[in-house]
Amino acid sequence: MNRRHFIKQTGLAAAALWVPNFLKPMERFAVEGYKNLVIIQLSGGNDGLNTVIPFENDVYYNSRATLAIAKNEVLKLNEQLGFHPAMSGLHQLYKEGLLTIINSVGYPNPNRSHFRSMDIWQSASGTNEYLNNGWIGRYLDSSCAECNHPYLAIEADQTLSLALKGAIKKGFAVNNAKQLYNETREPFFEQLRNISNHHSNDNVAYLYKTMADTYSGAQYIFETSKTYTNTYEYPKNALGKQLKQIATFINSGMQTRVYYASMGGFDTHVGQLARQQKLLHDFSESTSAFVKNLQQSGTLDNTLVLVFSEFGRRVSQNASNGTDHGTASNLYVISSKLKTPGMYNAGPNLIDLDNGDLKYQIDFRAAYASLLQQWLGVSTSGIITSRHELLNLV
Amino acid sequence: MKIEHVYHLYSRAGFGISISDAQALVNKKVEEVVEALLNINNPAFITCVSLDELPSKAEMKSMTKSEKRDLLQESKEKIKQLNVKWVQQMTNSTSPLLEKITLFWHGHFACHIENAYTTQTLHNITRQNGLGLFKNLLVPVSKSAAMLQFLNNNQNKKQHPNENFARELMELFTIGRDHYTEQDIKESARAFTGWNFSPDTYEFVLKEPQHDEGIKTFMGQSGNLQGEDIIDIILSKKQTAVFLCRKIYRFFVNETVNEKQVSNLADFYYKNNYDTGLLLHQIFTSKWFYDDENIGCNIKSPIEFIVGFAKQFSIMPDDKTILKMQQALGQVLFYPPNVAGWPGGKNWIDNSTLLLRLKTASVILNGGKIDIKDKEDMPEESFDLPESITVVQTKPFYSNQSATDLLTCLLRVPLDDSRLAFLKSEHNKQLVLKIVSMPEYQLC
Repeated sequence: MNRRHFIKQTGLAAAALWVPNFLKPMERFAVEGYKNLVIIQLSGGNDGLNTVIPFENDVYYNSRATLAIAKNEVLKLNEQLGFHPAMSGLHQLYKEGLLTIINSVGYPNPNRSHFRSMDIWQSASGTNEYLNNGWIGRYLDSSCAECNHPYLAIEADQTLSLALKGAIKKGFAVNNAKQLYNETREPFFEQLRNISNHHSNDNVAYLYKTMADTYSGAQYIFETSKTYTNTYEYPKNALGKQLKQIATFINSGMQTRVYYASMGGFDTHVGQLARQQKLLHDFSESTSAFVKNLQQSGTLDNTLVLVFSEFGRRVSQNASNGTDHGTASNLYVISSKLKTPGMYNAGPNLIDLDNGDLKYQIDFRAAYASLLQQWLGVSTSGIITSRHELLNLV
Repeated sequence: MKIEHVYHLYSRAGFGISISDAQALVNKKVEEVVEALLNINNPAFITCVSLDELPSKAEMKSMTKSEKRDLLQESKEKIKQLNVKWVQQMTNSTSPLLEKITLFWHGHFACHIENAYTTQTLHNITRQNGLGLFKNLLVPVSKSAAMLQFLNNNQNKKQHPNENFARELMELFTIGRDHYTEQDIKESARAFTGWNFSPDTYEFVLKEPQHDEGIKTFMGQSGNLQGEDIIDIILSKKQTAVFLCRKIYRFFVNETVNEKQVSNLADFYYKNNYDTGLLLHQIFTSKWFYDDENIGCNIKSPIEFIVGFAKQFSIMPDDKTILKMQQALGQVLFYPPNVAGWPGGKNWIDNSTLLLRLKTASVILNGGKIDIKDKEDMPEESFDLPESITVVQTKPFYSNQSATDLLTCLLRVPLDDSRLAFLKSEHNKQLVLKIVSMPEYQLC
């Protein structure tokens, strides 16, 4: 896709691109026709089997003597599967047709190390492939390599994840828009900014360019987001805080295409019941608040949420009332434009296991590829290196 | 040597040099200075844990889950201690090249496991053999418990070969992609079957019943090849020297590779039996090493930035700050992103890491506060950098220096008029604060 196409598609005013950063007018662009992808990462490996519970399956109950959720407690999704009782928020979205649950998502030869598996999910690589960049980063590279908008992908955090780092373009990390703005307005930064970024030394030029992008990005994000006051009540937890900021960004009309949020703590080796109860409650309540917030503001139609974790957990519980690292798990897609709302495929097969772990049925890269094509409207070439049959998502 | 060249050499072969030390080398010949850098008699092992502190296999068996968890936690703490000790040693060492080449191999043989003892052993193998013949490094690394475990070779058995180690050996450690076939991987994996380690001593053992004694055909050679034979065959290929020299060149000379120079280096390395010390001598005494295009062309890694700064300003952050800074800047020692190591170069820089780099130096020197939050759901934590940093030297190095000398010392790239105008200062402290806040300070 060339830049013109991209501009047309994103609804960016083409003229603005040719204006130097510091002269760019802080106008609000039309939000219409503009699509956002919001990614929520559940770090630590969420136990999918205790999130979407196969309440008619004896193997489940036999494998989890103290951890299984009783049939009468689950929030029913269909005749076989039900949500963890802490997930009433997401259950409501499911009933409203705003949620697709994809079961048994993973990849061949799964790696059970947190850091390697997260690396695989963020870079969209195969198990034996090491990519230095992330899938969202490559989306930025291939879709708009020349665009001068550092804020096309934003991570609501202080540091930038691999997922948002491309070979050429990188996303933008912002934990607190006002604080970042103030930091870039310090006198030394202002003075440095006026120095030419043209330089025969490629890396000097790159550093000055990154600095200029940080300056203009911080300004754009702060100036744009402050035009919208978000009064919607979110639960008081870290993810709620990130999602509220993202909703503010979206509702203020920011021209960002991908937002990235994350929540940690899902590595429940010990005493899982109470911990996962709290985690899933926070996740579900924050996510549903986010969706309701966008619904009220009329921006939900332009937003799609993807939720993943680096792996699920083993079918059998361990001796510490917890679960150890596993393989395939659930993926959640939230949108008002779903083609397959509800359960996308059957629940996991608990009998045909790979050494005590679920066998994956759907490659996570098929989901990425589908969202790139169907939602962001770009070709997957150069972004997803492996070939997959697309899913019917949106 | 020209003073600019002394600074260049020391920023690549080490982590910088003080003005007075640099000035003392100006009258010397390049060969003399390089030989002094390479004159290393002590591998300066780093130790935080000894074997007798660890439970035996039998003791492990009788441990409860929670005792095992505590053991793991303790081990993770020890790895943090290894990290901190190493940063301190890099800063204070009188053999900077030993530390630098160890940092190179640390990224090359990237390994992350949670056993502090085997992590420490692998680290000290790279110290012991990093400047010698590559084979004397590669074989012990391949036989180290840390690498055998990290690349699953302890699961590589005759009955069910695990190809992970064989694959990474060729792809990342020696010859590089496209110079071997999938069949080569399968065959060499068979040669490494049974390569394992003792759960008590963590020494290498060949588990005979798991080892495949059959005929293997690898890169055109057939026989009952053993793991060592596979390594010899790989090293007999010139391409292995090319692969290693390109990586060494990118680390020590220029991220942008001059293929002709690399090719000459590879000839030299191959001819000299992969002697890494000789190779570095060749590089640092080459005329082209001091060409303008090779000076100030690389972006400092977070470790180079942290250690270089601490050394230059004679300060030492406390343990927690040493670890936090690595985390925030994207390079934590002993925690490489994956077996391919840190990608380096422009990958170090994004809007958050650049801002932090530009601010950190001046904040440390000037007093102030930086918030660094953990990525995971740890409690939010801000800490006052200046208080957590010990200033070793009371009289700053810059107090009696001319502006020109300070610029030459701190920056590797020449400045144009607009930059010089920005640096106009009333006193040296202000000048130094400005210099370390410039993007140019991020280059080495």
